[in-house]
Amino acid sequence: MTTMGKGRLFAVLGLISLILTAGCSSKSNSGKSISVWHWMTDREPAFRELAKRYAAKSGIKVDFELYAPSDAYSQKVRAAAQGSNLPDIFGILGEKRDFSSFIKAGFILDLTPYMLEDNAKWKNSFFAKALAVNEFGEGNSYGVAPGIYGTPIDIMTIQMVYSKSLFRQLGLNPNRPPQNFSEFLEIGKKIQAANLQGLVSGWGEIWMIDCLANNYAFNIMGKDKVIATIKGEVPYTDPDWIKVLSLFKDMQESGLLASGLVTMVNKTAEQLFANDKAVFGFNGSWCVNVYKGMNPNLEYGAFLPPKASDKFPMAIWGGAGSSFMINARSKNKEEAVKFLRWLTEAPQQAYLAESTNNLPANKESINKISDVMANFARAMDYATHPNVWGVSEFSPVIESLDKGIQSIIIGEKTPEQVAAEVQKIKERELAKKR
Amino acid sequence: MKLKTTLENYLFVFPAVLIFAVFYIIPFISVFQLAFFDWDGILPTKIFVGLSNFKEIIADKIWWQSLWQSGYITLIALTFQNALAFLLAWACDREIRMKNFYRVIFFIPPVLSEVVVGLVWQWILNGNYGILNHWLTHFGFTNLTRNWLSDPNTALTTVAVVHCWKGFGWGFLLFLAGLQTIPRELYEAARVDGANAWNSFKNVTIPLMIPVVVLVAILTILGTMQVFVLIYTMTGGGPGYHTEVPVLRILASMRGSSRFGYACAQGITFGVILCMISFAQYLVNKKAKA
Repeated sequence: MTTMGKGRLFAVLGLISLILTAGCSSKSNSGKSISVWHWMTDREPAFRELAKRYAAKSGIKVDFELYAPSDAYSQKVRAAAQGSNLPDIFGILGEKRDFSSFIKAGFILDLTPYMLEDNAKWKNSFFAKALAVNEFGEGNSYGVAPGIYGTPIDIMTIQMVYSKSLFRQLGLNPNRPPQNFSEFLEIGKKIQAANLQGLVSGWGEIWMIDCLANNYAFNIMGKDKVIATIKGEVPYTDPDWIKVLSLFKDMQESGLLASGLVTMVNKTAEQLFANDKAVFGFNGSWCVNVYKGMNPNLEYGAFLPPKASDKFPMAIWGGAGSSFMINARSKNKEEAVKFLRWLTEAPQQAYLAESTNNLPANKESINKISDVMANFARAMDYATHPNVWGVSEFSPVIESLDKGIQSIIIGEKTPEQVAAEVQKIKERELAKKR
Repeated sequence: MKLKTTLENYLFVFPAVLIFAVFYIIPFISVFQLAFFDWDGILPTKIFVGLSNFKEIIADKIWWQSLWQSGYITLIALTFQNALAFLLAWACDREIRMKNFYRVIFFIPPVLSEVVVGLVWQWILNGNYGILNHWLTHFGFTNLTRNWLSDPNTALTTVAVVHCWKGFGWGFLLFLAGLQTIPRELYEAARVDGANAWNSFKNVTIPLMIPVVVLVAILTILGTMQVFVLIYTMTGGGPGYHTEVPVLRILASMRGSSRFGYACAQGITFGVILCMISFAQYLVNKKAKA
């Protein structure tokens, strides 16, 4: 090789090294720009518009980077945390346990001092239940220092929806959804007789089964007993839990559940409901936007899951729909706080609600929403969420409960069998913890 | 001068070694190491648990069920899928009309995205509005209609059949390539000796195709045991645990339960099982050749 050739070779290698080094540098820390990672495909155009408005106002560029689907996003955030390469602002998808791990690892900024400035003006602008999802109280079981670690961007509730046109077809009053579980089952029989599809939901993605099972657990045994079960003080073989599991059997036997429900993904359920192919849906408030996109003429209403007991109030999952956290190690954290404060102010929240049909987290901007959305918003009074209970159930127990309910629905197992299996796994996990 | 040349050679090899180390060796060592720890994938601290992850795997009934289920899918792929691939390759190797067209058609499923295939088949097999049930009803087989993917009696077999449909094109291609290497003179000689079509097939085609059959079998086993995307798209492992396969369980441990250590232990266990299967197959092949 000639000297000239070697020189070229080293020049090329040097150039490649330079490009690779430049590629590894953090974009988030260069100048006045903030990077935000999110997974919310439906909100991407609205976020970009808001970023433009913020740049015009403050001169700070905000880069919203969309990573979807949510599973891929979740893994990306974890990998970025391991590589200390998190953006300035990001969201966390997962259980409160995962959230707490991010905090304990020093990845998330405590927003309490900012929230409490000016007589807690920022904090008080949110629905209390929306903020609660991002709060860790005194003496919490996760070992996290008390504080507020995230800002809710919107709120959500998960409840039942019903098709008014199919109600008419069944000879039912389209303005009167079922008031209790017996009425619900009666409608199931009518659905079966009319050869229609009943309840659709994303029960193939098991967390939605967990959600409805928990709703009824709160209704049948009350919050304290549910929490006691999670703590291991009440077994899943308790008669109240058997009652909860039996409700799924009753729903199946009455013809209320749509065929193929156990492997149905939520997107399919939404398509069926939006096209008037199913009488009921169990879905979150995000469905308003989804249904509007799929069928703008859909006539439907929202209601709480019908009560199975009068002993305790019905509870539904709700609270913060999506939240943003600030990277505690970011050089731009002060700018990031300012941006989130601006993003959660009433005008921006109203714009987000209007353009994405999601419920705003800022309570001052909730006055201009549709009837169905107002139904979802009113249901916030009944909202609870595992992330505010202060304790978390073991993941294998949740999986076994949800898969067990699938087995009940397909007639493979009885509620008693499922309860016994879940309790066995619970005991195994408790023993491991000890 | 010699040292200089050696250094230059190392310089050229270095990028490849670096890439191999970064993307293969280091992750492999990390996975092996993590299998002995309890780690949630986020916290910097990892708790050493020794062999307890592996002990838990031994007692994990769902894990072994998932392994058995992937074995069942593999068995269907080995028999049904490869028989179909061989027959079609054999047909296309003969002088038939439009054989090039068929070659292209048969190779379309393998090049399609697994997610797309899963979603399309989910639509075809849907119990409420699926085209399969529609045609069964249309032709008077109403008693055969069912929710193919939600019925525990049919879910696994249905998924296996779709997997075969998706994968038979690879076998087809390899079998066709193998068939085309068989010298035509051998068939002519057999015909001169009075062999009919069946005798030619039995005494010429099959013996000469054995190495290809073994290769396709190995690839089928290794590929099918690791089936994942298709099942994830079609059933998510449900109903219940009826279509769970090992890779789905590893994903559930990692993503659902945030148990990265356990997931790594499952990955290693699964890797060892696959190596054992491959080794057994190698021994059988060696014995057959001898």
